[in-house]
Amino acid sequence: MTERVAATPGLYPLPDRAKETLSDLKGHQKGDLLSGDESEAIVAEYDEVRAEYVDHQLDAGLDLISEGQGRWDDMIAHPLTVSDAVETGGIVRYYDNNNFYRDPRVADDLGFSGDVAGELSDAADLLADADGAADASLAATLPGPYSLADLATDEHYGDEAEFQAAIAEFLAGEVAAFPAHETLFLLEPSLVTNPPAEGDESSATDAIATVADATDADVVVQTFYGALGEKLYAHLVDEAGADALGLDLVAGDRDDTVYNVQEFGSTDSLSLGLVDGQNTLVEDAETVAERVEWFEEQIPLEGFDRTYLTPNTELFYLPTNKYREKLNALAAAAEVLD
Amino acid sequence: MVRNPEANRDQFRPHDHPNDAFLLTTVVGSYPKPKWLNRADELVDDPDSKFDASDLEEAHDDACRLITHEHERAGLDTVVDGEMRRNEMVEFFADRIDGYEFNGPVKVWGHNYFDKPSVVEEVAYDEPWLVDEFEFTSNVAERPVKVPVTGPYTLGFWAFNEAYPSTEELVYDLADLVNEEVEKLVEAGARYIQIDEPALATTPEDHAIVGEALERIAAGIPEEVRIGLHVCYGDYSRIYPEINDYPIDEFDVELCNGDFEQIPTFTDPEFEPDLALGVVDAHTAEVESVAEIKENIRQGLRVVPPEKLTISPDCGLKLLPRDVAYGKTENMVTAVREVEAEIDSGEIDLDNPLADD
Repeated sequence: MTERVAATPGLYPLPDRAKETLSDLKGHQKGDLLSGDESEAIVAEYDEVRAEYVDHQLDAGLDLISEGQGRWDDMIAHPLTVSDAVETGGIVRYYDNNNFYRDPRVADDLGFSGDVAGELSDAADLLADADGAADASLAATLPGPYSLADLATDEHYGDEAEFQAAIAEFLAGEVAAFPAHETLFLLEPSLVTNPPAEGDESSATDAIATVADATDADVVVQTFYGALGEKLYAHLVDEAGADALGLDLVAGDRDDTVYNVQEFGSTDSLSLGLVDGQNTLVEDAETVAERVEWFEEQIPLEGFDRTYLTPNTELFYLPTNKYREKLNALAAAAEVLD
Repeated sequence: MVRNPEANRDQFRPHDHPNDAFLLTTVVGSYPKPKWLNRADELVDDPDSKFDASDLEEAHDDACRLITHEHERAGLDTVVDGEMRRNEMVEFFADRIDGYEFNGPVKVWGHNYFDKPSVVEEVAYDEPWLVDEFEFTSNVAERPVKVPVTGPYTLGFWAFNEAYPSTEELVYDLADLVNEEVEKLVEAGARYIQIDEPALATTPEDHAIVGEALERIAAGIPEEVRIGLHVCYGDYSRIYPEINDYPIDEFDVELCNGDFEQIPTFTDPEFEPDLALGVVDAHTAEVESVAEIKENIRQGLRVVPPEKLTISPDCGLKLLPRDVAYGKTENMVTAVREVEAEIDSGEIDLDNPLADD
């Protein structure tokens, strides 16, 4: 029987109190954003935020617990914007959103940073000490190499495929330092919004496989902002080294996604983006469960391991009350299905 | 189809205007708030303070009077109260329209947040949004008052849509409400309305939705009322020449920020509404010299003749230090009056406006 797992890829909104405290501690300008060497007061504030995120997820009853990525000022570009080899440029639009991040300009060989491993270790400690966390395990999150390369500016490597490969090696090095984790989410929205040119799919999937190979955990390659193109989908199933592809069932045409799975098969597990990470309307658990059933009815399920129940995007777009309700909806939907 | 700007422009020409040529001077709307007003806005939320809502209203009145007169002192032909009563361009209206609710701030970038509202049921008109504000300002102003209104496309797309099957349908309902508000403003005597649609710049492929919304806004509004549309920070090749079909009198655009590189976009085919051209940058803290602004004004003459040219800053000036905002406005008006005199004397060749005489 297919196992249903309620999880999120993280990137939660900061609690409102922390929004204020951190703006006071850090400031509002470009130069005030996180660089990885923050002061003790800022570290302490983020420690509190992380603990709150873990509590929120345990309260909701999620099966996988994310660190929440409260520190990621630049959203999924974060692992680069705190790297020594990167200079941050101007503020640029984050996909098709009214959100902006600092353009990471890669100016040197990307070396190991350990920034994400550090915050994950703190989350692992919180989880180990938490009451009622016996059934929950840690989920790590990183940008996928294709999207991270897409969001960055290369001023050093000079060749697109080489740049993707270098970013993949960099991310693999970060993963190698992670504490034990059950799942690794690699966020790859650019595969939908700015897919590789025909013929270049393999350099993208090779890059993803490089990162996936760096962990023994289950790897979910989470795509969003709509459906994948069919050819790219087929490449991803076969070549990306993913245990699960993540598919957006909220934005764009979900029938295209169903068609892809029917036509080209799927990874052994699938992650479904079921609740809208960009709308305050909270789906009730039954609606989410129906979406899972609607999807599963249309695809051959033999040998299918797991369905991850997730939001379709990160959750930082939402006000904090609604983000928490979305967590609750996902966990409750997994219960309904069991 | 473009409205008839010729039918309403002359009412803004001051009786003592010094030149034959008349380039209408105006502002986009927002202006730096005096520090004390920001303090007052905070004080009213402080439970330990005796400062209450009626004190805040008095402070808002004082600030509106002050900024309206500051605009007049700078020599503007049409003035705004600097939007002293407004907190944010979507929040202010969402607070007044039935159907919106607020859940808390969301991130824009870094530690900059916006209280993005949610539309939770069909939007409806309750009390007038801006009529009191307009009546107050027009009573203290000696010059005609322009009223900026956030447009329905921006009010729809910069909110969470929980209630409508598509945000496009929400936008059309909002457009009907804006039309109702504009009618009330016109009844109260307003003759210059500006619809602000910054969201269009981020999704130019939706220009037809904005066009349909403008049709609804302009329906039944008499031609002596001037309706402008303000858009900023976009790639205008993606909405031009479509804006020639919009039912507006004037298109107000920020081009100083991009060093007027997009001017040629508007020259072919012929530009139909009046052009309101931004000639000072709203995001640099240096006051441009009169000479530099005069060069910028000439860029507008490449697109339209003087009788169709309005001059304004690129965008609202609220993020600048107040003395810089004033300096830019004052220099802008001085530059306009000098350019008008040079047009009168033939020093500026209207067929080749960038050429030195």
